Amino acid sequence: MARTGSSRSAFPPDWWARGAWIVLLAYLLYACAQLELTPARFAAGLEHGAKFLARLFPPDFKRWELLVKGMVESLQMAIVASALGTLLSLPLALLAARNLMPVWASWPARAVMVVCRSFHPVIVAILFVKAVGFGALAGILALTVASVGFLGKLMTEAIEEISLKQVEAVRATGAPFASVVSYAVVPQVFSRFVGFVSYETDANLRNSTMVGIVGAGGIGGTLFAAFQRFDYDFVCAIVLTIIALIMAGEVLTVQVKKVFKA
Amino acid sequence: MSDALEREWRRFTPAERIGRFVVYFCVVAAIVASLRSVEVIPEFLYDAPEQIGDMLGRMWPVAWRHYPEGVHGPLMDSLHIATLGTVLAVLMAVPVAFLAARNVTPYAWLNYAAKLILVAARSVNTLIWALFFVAVLGPGALAGTLAIAFHSIGFTGKLLGEALEESNRGTIEALEASGAPWLSIALKGYWPQLRPAFWAIVLFRWDINVRESAVLGLVGAGGVGMALDTALNLFQWDRAAMILVAILAVVVAAEVATTQLRKRII
Amino acid sequence: MSAALSVRGLVKEYVPGRPVLRGIDLDFAARGITAVIGPSGTGKSTFIRCINRLVEPTAGEVIFEDRDLVKLSRAELRSARRRIGMVFQEYNLVERLSVMENLLCGRLGYVAPLKAWLRRYPARDIARAFELLDIVGLGEFAQARADSLSGGQRQRVGIARAVMQEPKLLLADEPTSSLDPKTSVEIMGLMQTLAQAHGFPVIINIHNVELARRFAERIVGMTGGRVVYDGPAARITEAHLKEIYGGEDWLE
Repeated sequence: MARTGSSRSAFPPDWWARGAWIVLLAYLLYACAQLELTPARFAAGLEHGAKFLARLFPPDFKRWELLVKGMVESLQMAIVASALGTLLSLPLALLAARNLMPVWASWPARAVMVVCRSFHPVIVAILFVKAVGFGALAGILALTVASVGFLGKLMTEAIEEISLKQVEAVRATGAPFASVVSYAVVPQVFSRFVGFVSYETDANLRNSTMVGIVGAGGIGGTLFAAFQRFDYDFVCAIVLTIIALIMAGEVLTVQVKKVFKA
Repeated sequence: MSDALEREWRRFTPAERIGRFVVYFCVVAAIVASLRSVEVIPEFLYDAPEQIGDMLGRMWPVAWRHYPEGVHGPLMDSLHIATLGTVLAVLMAVPVAFLAARNVTPYAWLNYAAKLILVAARSVNTLIWALFFVAVLGPGALAGTLAIAFHSIGFTGKLLGEALEESNRGTIEALEASGAPWLSIALKGYWPQLRPAFWAIVLFRWDINVRESAVLGLVGAGGVGMALDTALNLFQWDRAAMILVAILAVVVAAEVATTQLRKRII
Repeated sequence: MSAALSVRGLVKEYVPGRPVLRGIDLDFAARGITAVIGPSGTGKSTFIRCINRLVEPTAGEVIFEDRDLVKLSRAELRSARRRIGMVFQEYNLVERLSVMENLLCGRLGYVAPLKAWLRRYPARDIARAFELLDIVGLGEFAQARADSLSGGQRQRVGIARAVMQEPKLLLADEPTSSLDPKTSVEIMGLMQTLAQAHGFPVIINIHNVELARRFAERIVGMTGGRVVYDGPAARITEAHLKEIYGGEDWLE
């Protein structure tokens, strides 16, 4: 051990941080034990995985009509849900903005948004399937609910971050509420909103590919059926198409954001 | 000859206006095209309120007594799946993020390869990954954990890569100029700058994964979703309601926990 | 007395056909401070950075410790860079780490990465770090985070970090440009003291001619990518300065 002559230590230990790491490590080991995740199972899993990959390739596009039908349906569901979600979120977000609205309006609006996003879209889809039957409508409604929850939250936060001076200035001119909103609030938040709507459309596109698993329309149902039939080549084809579609969606989103920031 | 008195104020240049118009047009066209092909069976729609009423009626009273033996275990399993999956995702995402960041890895093809992996990972939903892993490994928590891990790499890696790209260039330059090996530069130069964003991203992802892990059981990948699936298949709506309430409670608790932790750590 | 550093025919073109450095030939002795002065954009910073190849030279040789740095592989270059310390205008510390950690970053070229991460530096390095901290007047700040320090304090840490490398040459790229006049004098004095105590030459890229005259033994004046003055600091005249800073070199 070095004696530096003085009693200064180069790196005083941070006991809180060390304690936290130890607790985390202990929990992780406990969780593995609870779930019976052993290294042996892991290794066996890797082996199975390798064999499985061989069964996936090459992808089989023979039933491309079914594939395209499902993808188009998913795309449509995503678009409608995003449009509907945006339409419903705008007034809701405005109501929920604490800097513009009184408490009796903002609290219920916020509560609605919290409930909307607390449940996974798949769970909401199950409930809607029960309510309106199998098919794309259930999926659209489920995605809309999720959109309202997330879009609403993002929009409300954006509204709450605006500079109130502009709002005061427009109010001082005696303008009616609608004008205050369109001249003082909207310009400040518009480009951020475009970003949010793009992000949410992207998210809806992702989710629309899976709600079909519970019968709510889209490519998810086709995919689930293929899994159950052990038709893994087709599964591969579907997954590759999903990846391509979502990549295209992300690129499009970036372009749209550029147009509106410009 | 420019007439200064008659200059109009235009908010956007012609190019910008065209761009905006094109976007608006495409959006409206897409919506209209989509709406027209959505099948809405009117009978189902009229039926809906009655169906919802029926469902809610069967859900009440909520089967609270079902919780200890039927729900608590699987619910905790879901939490473990979410946490282990997030940890695994982070471990895998960090090296990929380093590869994807343009300032860290100056080879464009590596950047693209890493970004491609990340896009592919996040394009496939957790539920779809779960289907895949259940097919490979059989039903259970291992499939669920891996599903969460592989999907989360996509977002975690992307956000970490973006945070890395914002590192201070000068700091790294100084370490390079002193002859430090690459690993030391990564650990002593990039990592300290990455740390606050790192924890924010991890907490954010964990929060989302808690929600995701609850439904994995619907396809057999472990956790409380399996109990939900059973209850739904047997039309035990009161038990299903119990499970949903439990999931809601855990999700809200996780959100509160992440908000608190974020204040402490960052 | 052989030169510690020899630069031969150094050329740098960021854009092909438009050289920023048009063939620099200089020798630097093993002791003493050399100030490189000249107008903005004339390539002073490029010159300094070409020495340790933070910027890759287009042509020429940089001979340090009997090896041409320009021809070294990346691994050999890393090894050579360990013995060249550098001080930056923006300090370039790791902001979130403590002063002590920043100092020890100077040893990263000598310590294995994992040991460095676990903070197992050799005792000798840690002792030296404390010594240097005292010499630069920051003895109380060992555990302070780098971003809590003032500009002048941060530059002291930067200098100490460079000296921790036990360098055979110290480069300084506008070390005082972000500091107030009083602090600038302190920093220049610190570099002078340390250079004399440890026996390494210093090459400073600097704007302020007064500081150059006061602290450097030798001045190299650059303009238009060429050396137009190279001599003792005491003998630089107004005429020389006019040639360096004035003149329409953009017509060249």
